[in-house]
Amino acid sequence: MSGDGTSSVAIQRGGGAPARPRAPTGIAYFQYVLNKKLRSPTPYLMALGIGGWILIYWLFSEVWNLPRFEKMPGPVAVISDWFSRKPFQGTSIFTETYYVHIWVSVRRIMIAFAIATAIGVPLGLIMGWSRRFKDYAFPILETLRPIPILAWVPLAILMFKGLETPVIFLATLASLFVTVLNTMLGVESIDEAYFRAAGCLGSKPRQVFWHVVIPGSLPFIFTGLQISMGVAWFSLVAAEMVSGDYGLGYLILSSYVNSVTVPMVIGMLTLGFVGWITSALVRMAGNQMMQWRTRALALEGR
Amino acid sequence: MTVMSKNPAAAPAVQSGGKGAISIRNVTKIYDPGGVNVVAVDNCSLEIAPGEICMIVGPSGCGKTTLLNAIAGFHSITSGTIHLDGELLCGPDKPKAEQGADRIVVFQNGALFPWKTIRDNVAYGPIVQGRLSPVEARGKADHMLAEAGLHDVGDKYPGEVSSGMARRAEIVRALINDPRVLLLDEPYRAMDALTKSIMHEALLEMYDRTKVTIFFITHDLEESIFLGDRVVVMTTRPAQVKKIVDVRIPRPRNYKVLSSNEFRVLFAEAKDAVHEEAIKAFEAGERELA
Repeated sequence: MSGDGTSSVAIQRGGGAPARPRAPTGIAYFQYVLNKKLRSPTPYLMALGIGGWILIYWLFSEVWNLPRFEKMPGPVAVISDWFSRKPFQGTSIFTETYYVHIWVSVRRIMIAFAIATAIGVPLGLIMGWSRRFKDYAFPILETLRPIPILAWVPLAILMFKGLETPVIFLATLASLFVTVLNTMLGVESIDEAYFRAAGCLGSKPRQVFWHVVIPGSLPFIFTGLQISMGVAWFSLVAAEMVSGDYGLGYLILSSYVNSVTVPMVIGMLTLGFVGWITSALVRMAGNQMMQWRTRALALEGR
Repeated sequence: MTVMSKNPAAAPAVQSGGKGAISIRNVTKIYDPGGVNVVAVDNCSLEIAPGEICMIVGPSGCGKTTLLNAIAGFHSITSGTIHLDGELLCGPDKPKAEQGADRIVVFQNGALFPWKTIRDNVAYGPIVQGRLSPVEARGKADHMLAEAGLHDVGDKYPGEVSSGMARRAEIVRALINDPRVLLLDEPYRAMDALTKSIMHEALLEMYDRTKVTIFFITHDLEESIFLGDRVVVMTTRPAQVKKIVDVRIPRPRNYKVLSSNEFRVLFAEAKDAVHEEAIKAFEAGERELA
């Protein structure tokens, strides 16, 4: 190699290799993130938003007793019962049945979501990958998918014995359609260039499936899983209201039937929090599995 | 064809003795979008010698990429034959070539797998072909990345490095397979002039080490003369070879070549041919085909 060749190496080194300061890790990183969060307006605006919302709720229902709000239990009534050792209307964080309701619902969701994901993701991957399989399966999926989940309730009760299985079946079904569709779209969204590159580099079809189809569709799959978690809760509560003995949906409806309105609102808010947590868990799992995406987005400041 | 007879398709004797001779004979490609026949490539012939850097220049949508796709095995051809080192890639009985690691494409917008680290991207070919164990392949990947001036990027994902680095890593990902031909489809199109000139020197350096045959599509005349052994100017669609400019500037070349007299003469020669076709293409105003 001549002098010219070496000079170009020098140019590359100059551009690529100056020692970069190391990014903080562990506790130092956590402190950095926390400090940055506290210096941004976000946490204060969030607190203000929540406070404002509760204030309005309180004014409407407990102070002014506006029409339509007079029967609604206000925040003071709900919170004092929710955290009371001797709840006036029977449900609080100190009563055992409250946790039974939560656990029954969460267990049903976990089973339904697991089944729907275990069937839906592979089905969607194959539908997205194989034109022929999609031709077979897509018309059926598109006909069944728009049927509202409540329309399945009588059939589910006829098909499955007991109280538990029909409820899980309905939640699974709703979640399955979303997962299949999003996974399929995920595969179809993968840039053709990646398939071509994989082909050039000597991949067999099985390897293309494993190294391109699956990782390439993960962003869509996880968006789908978050939506699917939402519809699973939606259909679970609907199913629990129709047929069930426990669960948050049952708690809400039975409280209404028995004219105890505070547990009804407690059930609703609990659903909100538990739903939020489950969907955050799905998001965290997604970020963990898609480090490549998380890191690139972080560089863009997102 | 008249153009071709004036300019014999025989390849010049560049660094011969190696592998990677491409022989394109009378290739025609007809697309039929919506039932209307569009001739993308018309009876095109071109011989590329082993170890040659052959630059293909021509107006947008003239059918350059069609040729590349036929060599790589992405698309079929309608008639004619393409041989690689005497072996038939595609011809009358086999319109579409098989894809294989002897001909590797570097794509216009980059196609490093974003979900794999740069090391795993480079190691990918030898692993899936079963030539190296994952450990060996990753070791070789690190070695080749370092050789290409890409230190400390093996653990990063493509989304974390500059486009220039990603493109260089993509070329390393191709070269680790020891291909016979490297097919580059306007790889530096989206880059600024400064990055581009560094990319050019890096590519030439990798070429000097490997002497791989390079089929390089570009719009950029300066790039084509700086890098190429020959510049093949294509006509507007349907694509034929309009003119072949031999670039006899000695290697290794560096950026100082750009201001030499020889370079200016070649540039003017190629420019006239390209300009004529560009006007024809503009007046035809047809939509570009892939």
